Amino acid sequence: MDPTIILAAGVASGTVLLFASVGEIFAERAGVLNLGIEGMMLIGAVVAFGTAVATGDPWLGLVLGTLAGGLLSVLHAIITISFQAEQVVSGLALTFLGTGLARVLGENLSKAGAIALLPTFSVPGLSSVPLIGPVMFTQQSVMVYVGFAVVPIAWYWIGRTRPGLHLRAVGESPAAADTLGVDVYRLRYAYVIVGGLFAGLAGATITLAVSPGWFGDLTTSGQGWIAVALVIFAQWSPVRAAVGAYLFAAIRRMLIDIQGPQDLFGVPNPFFHDHTLTFFLEMVPYILIIAVLVAVSGEAIRKRIGAPTALGIPYVRGERGH
Amino acid sequence: MTPEPVVPGPPLAVEMRGIVKRFPGVVANDGVDFDLRIGEVHALLGENGAGKSTLMNVLDGLYRADAGEILVFGKSGGFRSPRDAIAAGLGMVHQHFALVPTQTVTENILLGLPRPRFRLDAGRYDDEISELAHRHGLAVDPRARIWQLSVGEQQRVEILKMLYRGARILILDEPTAVLAPHEAADLFRTLRSMVAGGASVVFISHKLAEVAQIADRVTVMRRGKVTAAGITTAETTTAGLARLMVGREVLEIIERTPFAPGPVVLSMRDVEAESDRGLPALRAISLDVRSGEILGVAGVAGNGQSELAQVLTGLRHCSAGSITVNDVEVGNRTPRDTIVQHVAHVPEDRTGVGTAPNLSVADNLIMKSYREAPVARRWSIDTGAVRRFANRLRETYAIAAPSVDTEARLLSGGNLQRLILAREIASAPRLLVAVQPTRGLDVGAIATVHRLLLDQRQAGSATILISEDLDEILALADRVAVIYEGRLVGLYDADEAEIGEIGLRMTGGGTQPGAEPGAPRTSVA
Amino acid sequence: MTTQAPARRPGRADSLLPWAIRLERRLEIPRWLPVVTTAGAVVVAFVISGIVLWVAGGEPIPTFIHILRSSFGSLGVLSDTLVKATPLILTGLACALAFRMRLWNIGAEGQFLMGAWGASAVVLVPIVPVGTPSIVTIPLMMVAAMIVGGVYGAIPGILKATRGVNEIIVTLMLNYVAALWISYWVFGPWSEGGFQLSRPFPREAWLPRLSDFAEQVPAFSGLTVHLGLVFGLVAAVLVRFLLFRSRRGYEIRLIGDSPRAARYAGINVARNTVIVFALSGALAGLAGMSEVSGVVHRLQQAISPGYGFTAIIVAYIAKLHPYGVIVAAIAFGALILAGREIQPSGIPAMIQGIILFSLIASEVALRYRIRLERRGT
Repeated sequence: MDPTIILAAGVASGTVLLFASVGEIFAERAGVLNLGIEGMMLIGAVVAFGTAVATGDPWLGLVLGTLAGGLLSVLHAIITISFQAEQVVSGLALTFLGTGLARVLGENLSKAGAIALLPTFSVPGLSSVPLIGPVMFTQQSVMVYVGFAVVPIAWYWIGRTRPGLHLRAVGESPAAADTLGVDVYRLRYAYVIVGGLFAGLAGATITLAVSPGWFGDLTTSGQGWIAVALVIFAQWSPVRAAVGAYLFAAIRRMLIDIQGPQDLFGVPNPFFHDHTLTFFLEMVPYILIIAVLVAVSGEAIRKRIGAPTALGIPYVRGERGH
Repeated sequence: MTPEPVVPGPPLAVEMRGIVKRFPGVVANDGVDFDLRIGEVHALLGENGAGKSTLMNVLDGLYRADAGEILVFGKSGGFRSPRDAIAAGLGMVHQHFALVPTQTVTENILLGLPRPRFRLDAGRYDDEISELAHRHGLAVDPRARIWQLSVGEQQRVEILKMLYRGARILILDEPTAVLAPHEAADLFRTLRSMVAGGASVVFISHKLAEVAQIADRVTVMRRGKVTAAGITTAETTTAGLARLMVGREVLEIIERTPFAPGPVVLSMRDVEAESDRGLPALRAISLDVRSGEILGVAGVAGNGQSELAQVLTGLRHCSAGSITVNDVEVGNRTPRDTIVQHVAHVPEDRTGVGTAPNLSVADNLIMKSYREAPVARRWSIDTGAVRRFANRLRETYAIAAPSVDTEARLLSGGNLQRLILAREIASAPRLLVAVQPTRGLDVGAIATVHRLLLDQRQAGSATILISEDLDEILALADRVAVIYEGRLVGLYDADEAEIGEIGLRMTGGGTQPGAEPGAPRTSVA
Repeated sequence: MTTQAPARRPGRADSLLPWAIRLERRLEIPRWLPVVTTAGAVVVAFVISGIVLWVAGGEPIPTFIHILRSSFGSLGVLSDTLVKATPLILTGLACALAFRMRLWNIGAEGQFLMGAWGASAVVLVPIVPVGTPSIVTIPLMMVAAMIVGGVYGAIPGILKATRGVNEIIVTLMLNYVAALWISYWVFGPWSEGGFQLSRPFPREAWLPRLSDFAEQVPAFSGLTVHLGLVFGLVAAVLVRFLLFRSRRGYEIRLIGDSPRAARYAGINVARNTVIVFALSGALAGLAGMSEVSGVVHRLQQAISPGYGFTAIIVAYIAKLHPYGVIVAAIAFGALILAGREIQPSGIPAMIQGIILFSLIASEVALRYRIRLERRGT
């Protein structure tokens, strides 16, 4: 129950949630809800792992896994943007499809042996900084450092650039953006695919860095859904999403570590002595997500902030109304 | 982005010949000719549904014409999108603004432009935009967010958007619908100065008086065709224009039976309420409405009208004060409670609130009566009774629909309004809250709505008529109240109501000195 | 008929053909169109699935024929299909009811499991003494399942109604919680001999099956169709009555079409949200009871091959109509039954995804129609 280890592990596995959440933030800011993250992550995970097993090259696996996620999201984009179908249902369909496809592709992968993973390293100098050094910069996977870079870039892009202005306009008032020549359809396609790429990246990060190996559906065990929840918690801000991702992963790690010692803070550890109680520990992350959503809903009501106004609504040009 | 010097060239800014535009079920433009001279204000006059907006939408590139040709500054070819139009110097300001409420004025104006290239440093452009605004008499704070602005200020942003992009041709669709009389006068002054500088303006309107005031020439449209092309306004009369607009001399005769009010039905005392944004929307509103009376509430959009209707019908919480109907408190009660007290509500939003678009006409008609006999039996709904009820209303109120099973979204605006009125009146209301009841309707439907309101008045209902159309209020109301920034700033009997004074009150003139200029707006429609 | 300008798609270059394809917004939807587009979508989905199957090394046509034969080919397999369809009818009704009000109940799976737990508790705690006759035990199990399922379903309902919390995520999270809850009981207090299942239920807790009457009717021997099917059919009739003949049903349909209009009409949207979610949970809970009481006869971890998720597709194919749910449930029951034999094992899930995509894509045909126009005028 060492806090440094827990936080460091939080940063490490939280990177997966970070990628998935940031990707979804881009898509939702453009007005498109993509609930298929779980499916896209699984596809990314299995393609990345399978490639690494077949070729021995984890970098190639990373690239292909990322692309696989993006490819799957194209389907969602076509159905929701061009066909103007209900975004919630399309996302669910994407999850079914991605999950099933990943099962098919990963049929024989669980027996694969050890593979070369993406490198881990420490940042000289930064890793000696007290408190954050050991947590953030010591023996972390390269993907973690990529994650550190992604957050400020995403924040800058969305809030401080002209393309970011267009992104936000498309998600808030697509009609307004349209009349000024912003190509709403093209931008929505682009950002949905960006979301898919990030989800694939997240999946690849699992199998090539954080928890190597292919375990079927358990590889992601619901993290795609947790990412959707984190986006709401983050109120569509990449920085807040990162904080949420790291914290959540750290809590998850803590719940595992709690089961280890014989005594916990001086009293006999119930989880050590009765293993069936650990099921309740496993429930905690899911209940925590619900609690977080409830807490955020109060904040949103108080501050009257909320989702991008056009989120979830297909854009149809030139509707003749009354 | 400075305007180019006016060069001698073709005298016509725009030429449209033989434009045909069809939508499923209707021919909106049937062989229409239209031309716009450089340096003129040309009004496009006609009642709602005549095809004026459609014609201009074709010009602006929003729609593609089925037939006909278009020349802009002598160059042939219609635009494929509003973006192409603006690149050629033609910009259109619609009735429903195309603005992003959460972003600032500057961000809205910059949207879609190739500059700035990547880094968004809106501050740099604030000054440039301020200067442009002042030059044209369209003052607005570039750093304000759109939702903070009044509707009139938002309109200025829309016009600035076009000017910033170098528009030489400006099309305005019913711009004064959201302005008080003297704000409209300001707008006319701005247009005159633009036109003196070489710009050309198309002014779409259904208001005869304005057209006579602002336009050099007018083209009148009726049912998709042109009935008078480009006639000089100096050479016409209002009556003549009216005839061209509707095919008959006088638009509408409103006969009101003498005012014989009964006991007080609605009583509001010191009611306060907040808008969705948490800003004060209603301040210390006190008024009474009697049975057999129509109280008109006049005001520019966004001064608390929506909130007023909502607190009366249980759709909004009031933070102070009391509202009683026949001495029963209905303030801070549920909508159901107000319905039980026979408060009927004809809402502003016909399609989003007043009806359920995919349910049938019959299902929409029973919205207020499905809990009672004869529609409701002990455990279920009597579908036979529903049909009989619906068919009866359909006939009585002449709701044009193939059957009562037709889905509501297929009905025209006028028929939807008949449906809503039929339903509300069938509930035998003691208080009728009618908000913008004739917005967007053609003259026939408007007359029907007015007649129904007057019938209810005669039958003893108390009516509160909230409308942005001052003419309508002056024609129907027994007493006129003016609402400005959430306060009632004037209360007049019908015979003492004078349009100039009311117009002044609508925009805050005549209130106590010391009212802060530039105070944050209350709510935005 | 008249036309309008096409909905512009990015980058469309329609200069090659002498005809232009125009998409025109539909004014009215003919009665037969939704059925045709749904049927068309299913056909397209099967064609695509066949291609996928072929790419994966299978043989599509023989596989589909095999599916049909092993689901409907004989009385025995038909009975097996109906057994698989039974929980789908109930969970499908649960989803259809919720979706009618635009409440995305993705938690039918969890509510199913909790209902199963509730029913098991009656027998395993035990709440009724051993030996209590069926006539008491079975209804008690039903009630317990519906109450537990209903309460579990009410949780996301209350959160949504009071705080506007996104019900998709809450119901999903609760699915995982329910599965862990079952695991606890099955590994722990109710574990039989240290294995991951409970002890078998006493005979009085078994739903009667056709094969119970094999003595009287020899044709029934071996048929495992059980009373749960009747639950499903009765529930469908009741739900239909609720939706189209009752005041509550009118409110549900109105809220589903326009929540703002419903509020304006005086309807308490929050209360209806909780009620509908609770009803939905109760139906799914009853499905869980029917499965443990009619098929498995004990509580264990793997009692649902994803009934709660398949139910979403069932509800969608049925266009949210209760009687359509029955038909769709039987079809998917067949798919689940035969799907166990399809290799690789992810294929049935992919087929479900393809069908759902195909269905929602086909809805475009309800909004637009295609017209061919000669160019050059």
